[in-house]
Amino acid sequence: MTEVKSVVCPICGCLCDDLEVTVENNAIVKMKNGCSVCEAKMIHGYNSEERILKPMIRKDGKLVPVTMDEAIHKAAQILTDAKYPLLFGWSSSTSEAQRVGVELAEELGSALDNCCSVCHGPSVMATQEIGIPTCTLGQIRHRADLIVYWACNPWSSHPRHVERYTSFSEGRFEKSEWKDYIQKVKAASGKKKLEAAARQSRVIKYQPPPRPQTCTVDAPPQTIQKMGRKMIVFDVRKTMTAEAADYFVQVEPNKDYEILEALRCLINDQELDVEKVGGVPVEYLKEVADALVNCEFGVIFFGLGLTASAGRFRNIEIAISLTRDLNKKTKFVISPMRGHFNVTGANVVFAWQTGYPYALDFSQGYPQYNPGEFTAIDLLRRGDNDATLVISADPGAHFPKSAVQNMMKHPLIVINPDLNCISRLGDVVFPTQWCGIEYEGTAYRMDHVPIVLRKVVEPPEGVLNDEELLTKILAEVKRIKAEKAAKTPPKSTCATKKEEAN
Amino acid sequence: MVDQKLRATIITGRTIDQGVGKELGKGSQEYYDNAAVVFLDKADMMKLGIRNGVPVRVTSKFGSVIVKARKFPRGSMPGLVFMPCGLWANAVCGDATYSMGMPMFKGFPVEVEPAPGQPVLTLDELLKEEFGRGL
Repeated sequence: MTEVKSVVCPICGCLCDDLEVTVENNAIVKMKNGCSVCEAKMIHGYNSEERILKPMIRKDGKLVPVTMDEAIHKAAQILTDAKYPLLFGWSSSTSEAQRVGVELAEELGSALDNCCSVCHGPSVMATQEIGIPTCTLGQIRHRADLIVYWACNPWSSHPRHVERYTSFSEGRFEKSEWKDYIQKVKAASGKKKLEAAARQSRVIKYQPPPRPQTCTVDAPPQTIQKMGRKMIVFDVRKTMTAEAADYFVQVEPNKDYEILEALRCLINDQELDVEKVGGVPVEYLKEVADALVNCEFGVIFFGLGLTASAGRFRNIEIAISLTRDLNKKTKFVISPMRGHFNVTGANVVFAWQTGYPYALDFSQGYPQYNPGEFTAIDLLRRGDNDATLVISADPGAHFPKSAVQNMMKHPLIVINPDLNCISRLGDVVFPTQWCGIEYEGTAYRMDHVPIVLRKVVEPPEGVLNDEELLTKILAEVKRIKAEKAAKTPPKSTCATKKEEAN
Repeated sequence: MVDQKLRATIITGRTIDQGVGKELGKGSQEYYDNAAVVFLDKADMMKLGIRNGVPVRVTSKFGSVIVKARKFPRGSMPGLVFMPCGLWANAVCGDATYSMGMPMFKGFPVEVEPAPGQPVLTLDELLKEEFGRGL
């Protein structure tokens, strides 16, 4: 039995690097410090019955195991036969594998996109428009005294974000609010018990508990004026993060842009001549604006509620403009809550290799960038591509049905460690190692800090990692192309045609 | 009085249980239990005359799917329904991107109606129905 410390969690953009894992007989049997999602993957999921151990090719409608060489040849054949393949995914792969992916796309003259296009693509677009005032999570942990979560729910999507980087983390200059939160929870639970006891004894007439303080209540809550770190949540529904916040503002769906613009007006000392904006009373927004202006170091984290709602990248633009305005009065930063553990890495690697972060096209022999044209959903919607390679992603579970239906009209190659939705639909399916568990590599945290993922257990025999597999596919593609070029007679030019005629 | 249909705005997104199910495996019981659901406000459930766990049909102009109804664990949000990310939510999401690459995952209208006795398809059944393929 061996204990491995400082293991990096390969799940979400937080890349928590303090996991302690116990390994026995080449299997993870116990771990410390992980969230429930991390434990699900590291203890059970990585080694589940759904693990793919052999390459498979669809024959007569069923996936049947084949040799690795046969699968590689078949995949390379599909990619070279296609006029315009799409290579999609990359967000749960290492940066080393992503680099090989760019080379493969260039060799094929294909489209190349990563999961960013269906999560924070609009954030990238907004950042390219007006820049972004941001910083690392370490700065936030030690210095931020006001944390705003806008249209995101870290309690579910980034379970240790609050604990490691914001309100519940013990910073050098800011204290953790964890104890206060526990007291709040205990008080609420005690109150519930008392009410239940009163109901049972029927001594005291039951009175319904007061409604929770949200924007629907008339009087502004006092918690926003408390000392220490404050957490404000803007969301359309009351999530667990909202429950833990000092102040929760419930907004109407698709009204974030209006509220952000109203806040900009308020912090710039302009009056609003309406009573409510986006379902929120202006009186409440004034409270929030006061808190934003009066903090020492504030941060806005935003999620898919902004990028996927009406307005898309305009929502992010206005949020960045609000941060810019706040920087005239205090110190403020803004950061997207990146989802997959290396989706930021995909942007970084693509940008350093080609100049562009996602939505790429190599059909002209050089990289072109145009979200809305070369993004995966748009290509599939128009039916432009005639083959797809999906790696380390599951568009089967995260793309609209119609997009996947269009993807299924042409050959589909899937590279993934386990049988996710898209693997179940593939024509050629490759197994691969779990990065961060079975092999090491580089990943970029949501704040663009590169972190090396660690190897904890040995991979199953014969299963390659993403980088090795892509390198083999690339070599086979080059070989098939060279073979085809050798067989094809050279094209006759005008000069040679004239010579022949003479 | 019980209404036949609820007109609502849908939001899709992550829940911690769906995240755990996803990591345990897309074919796991945990994933099915936590992704093939729609969360509704208590008042809306009363209007439809349904309880937790009753199958309902969620329909948008892009598609339709049967999932189990669940009450929002906290807060009051009449007129808003929430589906965890996954194959079942995708059945009602649209692929219009407004030239920005991002499909319609949030903030579009749907109708919810009770579908008592109708089956909530498993992952493999739904894949077969929607794409005509499986393992």
